Amino acid sequence: MEAKDKIIERILLLIAFSSISILGLIALFIFGEGLPLIWKVGPRAFILGERWVPSQGSFGILPMIVGSFWVTFGAILLGVPLGLACAIFLSEWTPPLIAMVLRPTIQLLAAIPSVIYGFWGLIILVPLVRNYLGGPGLSILSGSVILGFMILPTIISISEDSLRALPPYYKSGALALGATHWQAIWRVMVPAARSGIVASIILGMGRAIGETMAMIMILGNAVKMPTSFLDSARTLTTNIGIEMGYASGDHRQALFATGVILFLIIMILNSSAIALSRRRRS
Amino acid sequence: MISNRTRYLTQNVAKVLIWTAALLTIGVMMLILFQVLAEGLPVLHPRFFLDSPKNMGREGGILSTIVGTFALTLVAIVFAAPLGVGTAIFLREYTRETRISRIIRFGTDCLAGVPSIIFGLFGFVFFVIFLNMGWSILSGGLTLAAMILPTIISTAEEAIKTIPYTYREVSFSLGGTRWQTVTRTILPSAIPGIFTGIILSVGRSIGETAAVILTAGSSLVMPTSLFSPIRTMSVHFYILAREGISMEMAYGTGAALILLVLIVNTAANWLLNRYIRHRV
Amino acid sequence: MSEQRKILIEDFSFYYDSFQALRDINLKIGAKEIFAIFGPARSGKTTLLKSLNRLTDLIFGGRHSGAIFLDDLNIYDPKVNLTQLRRRVGMVFDLPTPLPMSIFDNVAYGPRLKGSIPKRRLSEIVEKALRSAVLWEEVKDRLHTSALRLSGGQQQRLCIARILALEPEVLLFDEPCSGLDPISTASIEETLTQLKKEYTIVLVPHNIQQASRVADRAAFFLNGEMVEEGPVFQIFTRPRDKRTEDYVTGKFG
Repeated sequence: MEAKDKIIERILLLIAFSSISILGLIALFIFGEGLPLIWKVGPRAFILGERWVPSQGSFGILPMIVGSFWVTFGAILLGVPLGLACAIFLSEWTPPLIAMVLRPTIQLLAAIPSVIYGFWGLIILVPLVRNYLGGPGLSILSGSVILGFMILPTIISISEDSLRALPPYYKSGALALGATHWQAIWRVMVPAARSGIVASIILGMGRAIGETMAMIMILGNAVKMPTSFLDSARTLTTNIGIEMGYASGDHRQALFATGVILFLIIMILNSSAIALSRRRRS
Repeated sequence: MISNRTRYLTQNVAKVLIWTAALLTIGVMMLILFQVLAEGLPVLHPRFFLDSPKNMGREGGILSTIVGTFALTLVAIVFAAPLGVGTAIFLREYTRETRISRIIRFGTDCLAGVPSIIFGLFGFVFFVIFLNMGWSILSGGLTLAAMILPTIISTAEEAIKTIPYTYREVSFSLGGTRWQTVTRTILPSAIPGIFTGIILSVGRSIGETAAVILTAGSSLVMPTSLFSPIRTMSVHFYILAREGISMEMAYGTGAALILLVLIVNTAANWLLNRYIRHRV
Repeated sequence: MSEQRKILIEDFSFYYDSFQALRDINLKIGAKEIFAIFGPARSGKTTLLKSLNRLTDLIFGGRHSGAIFLDDLNIYDPKVNLTQLRRRVGMVFDLPTPLPMSIFDNVAYGPRLKGSIPKRRLSEIVEKALRSAVLWEEVKDRLHTSALRLSGGQQQRLCIARILALEPEVLLFDEPCSGLDPISTASIEETLTQLKKEYTIVLVPHNIQQASRVADRAAFFLNGEMVEEGPVFQIFTRPRDKRTEDYVTGKFG
């Protein structure tokens, strides 16, 4: 009986390790395909190069890195205030009826496939931007707006959790000292839940940087250094998504190399978010 | 000292802004749903679901893509569910906070943040090429399995965590082994929570495009085996819309996709609510 | 003390990580007696109970020294079969702990762990256990309804029946009446005195009065130490130790 239990424990340990070994496998294969090209081109030329012309063998992904950061920055600019407001709304004000609509709405925002967002952005948002603000419409601005909504669920759920996890005396203490409800929220609760909120923002950034399909549909995909929010752009993910279908040889390796850079950025973001929420727990 | 009037004015301004944010979020969501459903629902005749696409998807229906979507999701769940639930059981029942459990948890947290296009690249080079499975249901399903694994692990862990410690004590005190305790007491109580996580993962699998297009291909032919390439509804929608093949068909597919996701989500919610009420 | 010794505790100490919960306990408990372990909160009573069937093994970071014998078996011997030990030494917890299943399945939980049993035999075991716990008459018509719907007192008697179904030798009770009203408490105490005829009972009473009502002998615990032990009558009327006297007369605790 107990011998059998020991065997089961071993099996479960094996299962648990094979679960995370997937992460190792991913790293191994992406790096295995991508690193040789980075060495061939030279890490500096690859990351800081501004020319991406696979047919001529020039592989510089700086425009994509810059594009990813612009789009992500824009998404954060929209998503963070909106998300934080919704989190405060849900944890503090919640008139029952609106909360009953808002909560499923947020769940749905998380559940709707990214291609639908991309499609909606393409049909509705892109023409609006083109007609009222000029430029091609397929732009960083359109992409940022869509992404801002796509990362809302991440930001809201984690911020709300960390606001709700605060001991009730934070609020009652502030109110007892004569603070208004808003002052209690803004001066006491939000700062106290800071690490959770920052973690939610970092995870939101991770999602924004990682989004592919919606961005392919909206950003216009031009390979050039963006100079304004109305410019068309290409991100690390869309670079892979667009060209993977027909790439071969060095070109394909260069796309994996793009994946390597993306993977590293995401790992840095993830680790810092995890470290932050660890600190919150302890 | 700020006057009382300013303080309450600030509060009211803040309140208005927060309300605006909440209503804006709801509004945009409604707008997206309304736009796609208004244009797409009229396309949804029964024939749309029962015919396979013809002429690159310009005519016919979406049957083969529905089959593809379900096949892919099924493969993903079949592989990810046992692995994920097993990992959760190990983390919660067989170890406390040790270096091993910290490594595993860090690994799954990281895996949860990996973008789907990276999963796509990995699936392409590992399953499609290295293991020589080609663009197929199996390659795509296994890639999706890796992608949904963190969700399944964390929801299963949450479900197991809510089970009172006393159940374990009772089971052990009656002479149960750890495994008997897990299978006879903990899992039966945790099943609804675990199931909710699985349904949420189904939703994610249905909507995934980037990882699927690189690993399962985009063939419109009705699949005949696990090694057949397929096109899922999401991929079909993407190709129809992006390549401008047929807006009508794109809207129809989009509406069908949204309905499917709605159904899956409602099911998960219903289950979760029942589960919570059961607990209390 | 009754003629026959059932449990012998020798120089037993227990630690939670660095905290010492029990200090060099030496104690003999006779067969078929009710032995009460009483004292203020955090004095090590529950830890001692859980040491008797090694439920303490579940505690991460727990360790022990010394030995505990059940008859002639050193229960901390590495060769001891834990599941068998726990079937010999059953435990009832301070709050009723029905599992989320039917009344029948609760009582049958333990026997089923040993392997499959013919249905007829299982029904007999369940009925016998419920009768011994004085619960049969109240639940015989709804054996297959959820145990969670029983009242607190019924749930606690169900937990007793659940253990009796394993036909143990020793019963451990950890403040079995702490969540119950006076009437349910009386019914549990009545059940205890019934059970004494066949089982050795170690009881952590939920107050001194309960100890004096049902126990044969008792031991007073304070901060993980056993201050003194003896027949209930002597301990409550002529305690040898000043600290026992102070506690029994209500000066602290």
